[in-house]
Amino acid sequence: MTPSPDVIVVGAGLVGACTALALAEAGAQVTLVEGDFAGSGSTGAAMGHLVVMDDSPAQLALTAHSRRRWLALADGMPADAEQERCGTLWIAASEAELEDAAARVAGYGAAGVRAELLSATELARIEPALRQGLAGALRVPDDSVCYPPSVARECLRRAVAAGATVHEHCTVRAVAPGRVTLANGDVLAAGAIVIAAGVESPALIPGLPIVPRKGHLVITERRPGMVHHQLVELGYLHSAHSFGGASVAFNVQPRRNGQLLIGSSRELVGTEPSINRRLVHAMLTRASAFLPSLGAVRALRTWVGFRPATADKLPLIGAWPAIPGVWIAAGHEGLGITMAPGTADLIVAGLMGNAPPVDPAPFRPDRPMPSLVEAA
Amino acid sequence: MTDDVTITVNGVPRRVPADGTLAAVLLGLGVTAFRRDLGGAPRAPICGMGTCHECRVRVDGIDEVRSCLVSVRDGMQVETAG
Amino acid sequence: MSRSRAMDLVVVGGGPAGLAAAAAAAERGMQVLLIDQGRRLGGQIWRHRQSRELPPEAQQLLDRVRTARVTVASEARVLDATSPRELVVDFRGRVDLQPTEQLILATGAMERFLPFPGWTLPGVCGVGGLQALHKSGLTVAGSRVVLAGSGPLLFPVAAAMARAGAELLLVAEQAPRAALIGFAATVTRDIGKLVDAASYRWAFARTPFRTSSWVIRAEGDDRLREVVVSVRGRERRLRCDWLGAAFGLVPHTDLARLLGCDVIDEAIAVDALQRTSVEGVYAVGECTGVKGDAPGMIEGEIAGRAVTGDLPAARAPKLVHARGAGRHFAAAMARHFAIRPELRGLATPETLLCRCEDVPVGAVDPTWTARQAKLYARVGMGSCQGAVCGEACKVLFGWQNNSARPPLGAPMTGAWSDAIGRSGS
Repeated sequence: MTPSPDVIVVGAGLVGACTALALAEAGAQVTLVEGDFAGSGSTGAAMGHLVVMDDSPAQLALTAHSRRRWLALADGMPADAEQERCGTLWIAASEAELEDAAARVAGYGAAGVRAELLSATELARIEPALRQGLAGALRVPDDSVCYPPSVARECLRRAVAAGATVHEHCTVRAVAPGRVTLANGDVLAAGAIVIAAGVESPALIPGLPIVPRKGHLVITERRPGMVHHQLVELGYLHSAHSFGGASVAFNVQPRRNGQLLIGSSRELVGTEPSINRRLVHAMLTRASAFLPSLGAVRALRTWVGFRPATADKLPLIGAWPAIPGVWIAAGHEGLGITMAPGTADLIVAGLMGNAPPVDPAPFRPDRPMPSLVEAA
Repeated sequence: MTDDVTITVNGVPRRVPADGTLAAVLLGLGVTAFRRDLGGAPRAPICGMGTCHECRVRVDGIDEVRSCLVSVRDGMQVETAG
Repeated sequence: MSRSRAMDLVVVGGGPAGLAAAAAAAERGMQVLLIDQGRRLGGQIWRHRQSRELPPEAQQLLDRVRTARVTVASEARVLDATSPRELVVDFRGRVDLQPTEQLILATGAMERFLPFPGWTLPGVCGVGGLQALHKSGLTVAGSRVVLAGSGPLLFPVAAAMARAGAELLLVAEQAPRAALIGFAATVTRDIGKLVDAASYRWAFARTPFRTSSWVIRAEGDDRLREVVVSVRGRERRLRCDWLGAAFGLVPHTDLARLLGCDVIDEAIAVDALQRTSVEGVYAVGECTGVKGDAPGMIEGEIAGRAVTGDLPAARAPKLVHARGAGRHFAAAMARHFAIRPELRGLATPETLLCRCEDVPVGAVDPTWTARQAKLYARVGMGSCQGAVCGEACKVLFGWQNNSARPPLGAPMTGAWSDAIGRSGS
């Protein structure tokens, strides 16, 4: 009879893979169980933007810490992880937006994050493909981009090298104190269980307040040199945080080979996977409004992904009191890739009793949560 | 006997038969590199019917045009990778 | 104009099956639009520049299409479908919505390319590919040509090369001789086919035709210079200008998959009336299973009649019988010209698997699923969206290519977006 591992991590998306890696490196005996293959869920559809976001102090703290970890990981990442420190430009379409951006520079600085304001002229110089008439931008030079499926695969490889056991194509059917039951009936026992199953987490943990928020992405032919930073409109923060209805925002990423990844859209339609062409049109129209030459670039493919979202826009990281021994690491909405290393650190700290890298209180999974209606 | 037209290929005017696809005409002119891959190696059409996307060239300022699906036209400006 | 005139029927593809379907439906009073990507109708098999190049049955079919007043959109391509009732079409540069009551897919077939060292050299193309380029104006007279492939397509292409004055050095069929004999036995009832085969063979009589033979590698610097072939187990080196190397045909099903039609064993699944699993969508010809022009015309005739509601005519015994013979022929082809295991071993780890994304065979783990390869190695995620490497992956790893994502054919983002934005307005 195999001894029960210290920890079972359910889900090998980037959050689960980073968590399994961090636990293994901290000396825990780790088993990672994944229903398909590493990165096959939301991670496989994700944009891979490694970004510091300041919508709340907790979000700022966790993304800033996570990004520091990403920058430290960069040198050892394989080429196919495509990690590039291209920086983010938060585009201000109006003077009001630019003032709003200016007010945030200090907050970034206080969190140890380099940020600078760019005038309209400076913006036009470094991103000439952007339309005329923009007010400027907030530049965060140390933000990065990556290719999430390859990063997840690399984290898995490192986790195994650090002693973790990985079971792919192995679905977890039920979670109980001290054990998980697999779809084939097998039972795995462990001292602790970490649920990092993204949008599928509520199926395992009744009452977990995570809903899928559908997004579309379009990838284009190669246009090397057309765009140099990840470009996001400042208005993104507003659309990402209106809950009801569908919304789009300008969000474009240059890939290493010059392809452009065009986002973003948000809808609450369960896990209905078909492509919503009206929404894609709205998303592409908005993108073309910022990048007029985008219309002449060829579109290769459109796909859909589901962000695991919570009503208060913060992930669930910590113990789940309703089931002893169960921890949650899920609900990151559009910041799962960014926050994966920081999430892993919080889980390790919680399980090992170490000092957490950021205050874990805002991420308590059993915290009072506004209802979806309230959050609109 | 088909009429001929004049197209410009990589800046050089060429007199070519009017009746044929641009891909066939370019091959007849000795073009080997319609495009280059990420390693710089030359690529040319393999399917002749618009499926393989190897025959992509710049036509009249438009990038990534599948030349096997395009008929030559008098005055056409074509740029290949070699 | 925000959208094109609504049609009773849109037929996608102007080859033998699509032409027959369009003619049959229009003759019964339907408003029919035939969308075809070529400059002239006829698809791949009847590709021509002068009408006198066409066989009589092709000319007759074109006459029927004209007489029945089918609306023809040439140099047009389907980019997307918002539903089976609304296509997004690139009409020679103008992208528009095309509403239709019913749809017949006659999207044909494409070649099965398999990777081998040197297959990306200019000068290496498909068997049908070389034929298509030749029929589109490429001169092969005086050029040294080697054909390496499989199945009946080798014969007409070899004949055409020889008649065009090429120095045809070798025609290599990968299947063993026993397979050819077995195949010939299944078609002995069809004297016409045997006569065709004999006359093709006569046209390239001076060229060796060898079974159990295939290309091992292509060599050259910027362009093909020579090939190494395995001829019945012995290696031979041939200097040549053109290598036509592709191994049979596979149905073109991306639009069908986009519409949600069931695809079984790589072919669009249809019933006896050529109906797919999606209501109002029919499929005919090579895209329902590679079977040749004559059976494709029969299927087109059946669907063209069925779509107008003329079911008795669609079920005419002569058509039903011919359809059965066509499917029998298709099955025989698939059985006798199956890809032999040696062809799976031609590629080295350095040989490119995905040509669009420059992914070598060695970058792919054979234990992966197709989706893993897409995500981890980006196989099939480039310009051709897996049209070329998808089949190679099926043969090498057993992967099924299931997903079809819009848009098809890499249109300009703006034109496609504008069109889909007009949908439902």
